[in-house]
Parts: sequence; C-alpha cells; structure tokens
Amino acid sequence: MSEPLLRANELTKRFVSRGPLGSKAEFVAVDGVSFDVRPGETLAVVGESGSGKSTTARMVARLTEPSAGTLEFEGEDITTAKGATLARYRANVQVVFQDPFSSLNPRHTVERILMAPLVYQGIPPTGGKRAHARELMERVGLDPGHSQRYPAQFSGGQAQRIGIARALAVHPKLVICDEAVSALDVSVQAQVIELLRRLQAESGFSYIFIAHDLAVVRQIAHRVAVMSKGRIVEQGPVESVFGDPQDPYTRTLLAAIPRINPEWDRRRREGSPR
Amino acid sequence: MSDLLVVEDLTVTFPTTRGPVDVVKDVCFTVGSDETVGIVGESGSGKSMTSLAIMGLLPRGAVTRGSIRLDGTELLGRGDKDMRRIRGNQVSMVFQDPLSSLNPYYTVGLQIEEVYRAHKGRSRKAARKVAIEALEQVGLPDPERRVDYYPHQFSGGQRQRVMIAMALVCSPALLIADEPTTALDVTVQAQILRLLADLRRESGTGMVFITHDLAVISSIATRVLVMCRGEQVEYGTAEQVFSDPRHDYTRMLLDSVPRIDDSPIDEVMS
Repeated sequence: MSEPLLRANELTKRFVSRGPLGSKAEFVAVDGVSFDVRPGETLAVVGESGSGKSTTARMVARLTEPSAGTLEFEGEDITTAKGATLARYRANVQVVFQDPFSSLNPRHTVERILMAPLVYQGIPPTGGKRAHARELMERVGLDPGHSQRYPAQFSGGQAQRIGIARALAVHPKLVICDEAVSALDVSVQAQVIELLRRLQAESGFSYIFIAHDLAVVRQIAHRVAVMSKGRIVEQGPVESVFGDPQDPYTRTLLAAIPRINPEWDRRRREGSPR
Repeated sequence: MSDLLVVEDLTVTFPTTRGPVDVVKDVCFTVGSDETVGIVGESGSGKSMTSLAIMGLLPRGAVTRGSIRLDGTELLGRGDKDMRRIRGNQVSMVFQDPLSSLNPYYTVGLQIEEVYRAHKGRSRKAARKVAIEALEQVGLPDPERRVDYYPHQFSGGQRQRVMIAMALVCSPALLIADEPTTALDVTVQAQILRLLADLRRESGTGMVFITHDLAVISSIATRVLVMCRGEQVEYGTAEQVFSDPRHDYTRMLLDSVPRIDDSPIDEVMS
C-alpha cells in the first residue's frame, strides 16, 4: 500500500461563544477525525447538515485553524505551517466550492480568474497567459475562444468548469470539492462528475469529495467516510460502506435515499438497448 | 375519480426588451381529487411558473392564456380579491424554504390561526384549538407548548411541518408542494414525504408535487408531467414515464440520475 498523500490525525474544531457575563459556551463541530488520502484516490466525506464535513474540508485546506490534531502532507506536518511552506502546500491543495458564481470574481475575465493561482504562487504561465488559460479551458470542456468573457456570461455548469480549471492551474496533488456538484441540474451534474473522473484519470491527483448526496458519492468515490455530529462513524471502501454498512447511522442514511422504482427502472433499461 | 384541477393549454408569457418570452407553453394536465401529479424538470423548465399560475401568484407583467379550472370554476383572469378567497382555502401551497415563508416576528400558532380566521371567520379561541390540532396532525410533539414557539425555535424539518400544517388548516381541495423537501437532509426528506403522502390520503386532497428530483417523484406521484424549457415533453402515469419514456429528453434525464445501487467506478477500474 502506498504512503498516504494526506493524513489527518484527530482533527478537532471547537467554536467558543462568549456570553455577556463572561460565560462560555463551547460547540465541538469536528471531534477527533482521522483519515488518510492516498495518491490518485477519491475520499468522499458524507453527512447531513451540521455533521462537520465542511469544517473538516476547511481545516484540510488550511482555511480554518484546527483546535487540536495534526495534518500531514507527504509526511510533513503542515498543521501550523506558515509563509513559504504554507504557500507550497496551497499550490498542492486546491478547492472547488459549491457556488461557482460566488467563488468567481464577477469583474474578472475567465483568463484572469484562471491565472490568479499562478500569480499568487509566482509561477510563470506556460506559453504565456492567453495560451495557458486556453489550454486549461480546453481540458475542462470549455470553448477556449471564451477566455475574455466574464463569469455571468456562462451557465452554472460552465461556471463550475471554470472553478475546476482554476483549481487545476497550479497542478495540485489534492483537490477538495466542497459540494461541487450539489447546485447543478441533474443532467449537468452527470457531465461534471464525468469531467472530474476523467481529469483524475488523466492527471492522477486525489480528491476529497465533500457531499450530502450519497448517490453522487457512489459515482465518484473510492473510499467513503460517513460523518455524524462531528465524528466519523464509519469509513471504508465504497463497496463495503454502501453494500454492507456497519454503523446504524449509515444504514439509516442509505435507507432514506429516494430511489426510482427499481422495477420500472429495470424495464426501462431492458427496453431501451443502446 | 373526478377531475379536481384541469389545466388546458396554459401559456405564461413575459414581455422582455427582446420581445415576449413564453416561460410556459401549452401545458395540459389534470389532477384527480385523490392523486398526486408530479411536475418534474430542470431549472428554467417552467415548473414553478406553472404552480404560481394556478395560485394566481405570477409576477406582475406575466400574461396568461388557456384555462385553469378548479372544481369546474375558471381561475385564470380572476381578480386579486377572488384569488385571495381561494388561496389558503381551496388551494394552498408549500414552498421550498420554510424559513423565508414564515414570519420570524410571530409565533407559528398565530400564523396558522391567521390563515384559519381569514377564511373561516371564527374566534381566536376556536382558531387556536384548530392550530394545535393542525400541529399535532403533522406530527410535532407537544403541540400545546409549541404553538407558542417562534419559527427560529424549530429545526428545518419541523418548520416544513409547520408550513404543511398551515397549508392544510382550511382543508383545501388541492395542495401544491413546490420543492418541499429540496432544502432538507435526506433522512428528514423521507419523513416529510411520508407525512405528505399520509395526510393527502387521509384528507382526500389532490396534490401537485413539483421537484427536480426524479427519485422523489417516483416515490410519491401517480402521474408525471415532464417539462423542459416551458414545454410539456411527456405526460403519463408514473409507471409509463419511468418504465417506457417516449421522449428523448426524459430518457436523457433518467440516464443522468446518479444511482445509489450501482457504482460506475468498477467499470473504470476494470
């Protein structure tokens, strides 16, 4: 088994709110969460709202400081890394957010958006900005001729492709997708999932895929961690978590998923050979 | 089964700077008094505009053509005053986001009582009793106490139960549920779907259920209308639409639905 790319060890996040008389209330959003992400694999973190999955993602991306626990990337402790070490970590770990329109600057052209990570990293774009931006757009299935357009000129699915292209600009080893396909229509969602899988197959990076939709997770994950109330209640390969769930919460979650009547679905698939 | 709602050639047009745009085009369907008709489509398909047309709640400037008859009475072209009498009483609606549909300044009891008193003209005391019963009916524990709670004191699923209680307090003939479970967690969604199906069956209310989620439609609707860009692309029994779709768009939509029970990763790996 290969060395983990990323190792989260007992990650914990506590939020403290202070009352008027110095009283303190503590909320543990993430409670001692540990997992590994191996090179080239997709780890899905699933859970319902308030389960701590997004806070976990934010800690891994170093967007939120953990209250306790450690993060190791390629064997190096980066829990409190600063300066050049943190900058290098950020080049290796990129994030794709849920709402493409609020995570893309509306006043910047696609080219400027795609080149921003390179500017921050001080990496010169290969073949010049224009050529590099066009190449990235092509990789995610966007028309490279549209590099001078603004985010509002794209549909939701296309805008999410811009977000994905931006994440890929610095050749990351880990891409964190925080509900990256949740806001998309089902037909567009299927295309973006296909894109994410193709990019991984081409470039061999890892994903941490945060999602509430287990059916989507099943399409993309190699391993799954199920979170509830800040803890991982179950984690393992996708086939065993979905096929033979051990934890009662995982079973409840799987049972609650609406399914198309399987008999109707079978008849449709048998009736329409492609 | 009698036809409670008959929608014929419904067209909704908005004037724009580039000329009129039909957001709903020639839509026809019927809802029986004891069934759930699902309207499914992606964003911009016109499914919500169809429901707003039935409720008489279309944005200003919208032009409607065709016919919407409830129990034989034409709803299109009615004045605001008429529609106010019909809304909440004969037809009511449950929206996606219960937090923005409830007034944060008033207790839920007061808001349910308001609907009841506006239509039935009964005393506050009688209305309060009805409100408590309505909360009990939607499965909220301890309704005598909760009737005096404010919306923020409930969870998302509980708030949706409050909305359902409010929608059903006057025993409407038709309930329109527009993405009522979309904002909810999957375990809560399952509970709300069961509640809606049970209440509909017990009260004999017809229901129009609008969603983008085909799996949800499959579990609740007896008949299904598929919409795309304002047009009705398919209309039939749920069994026919899901097992033998006639239209390419419906087939594409069904093929796009991620399946919980099979994993395409295996294909990639092998």
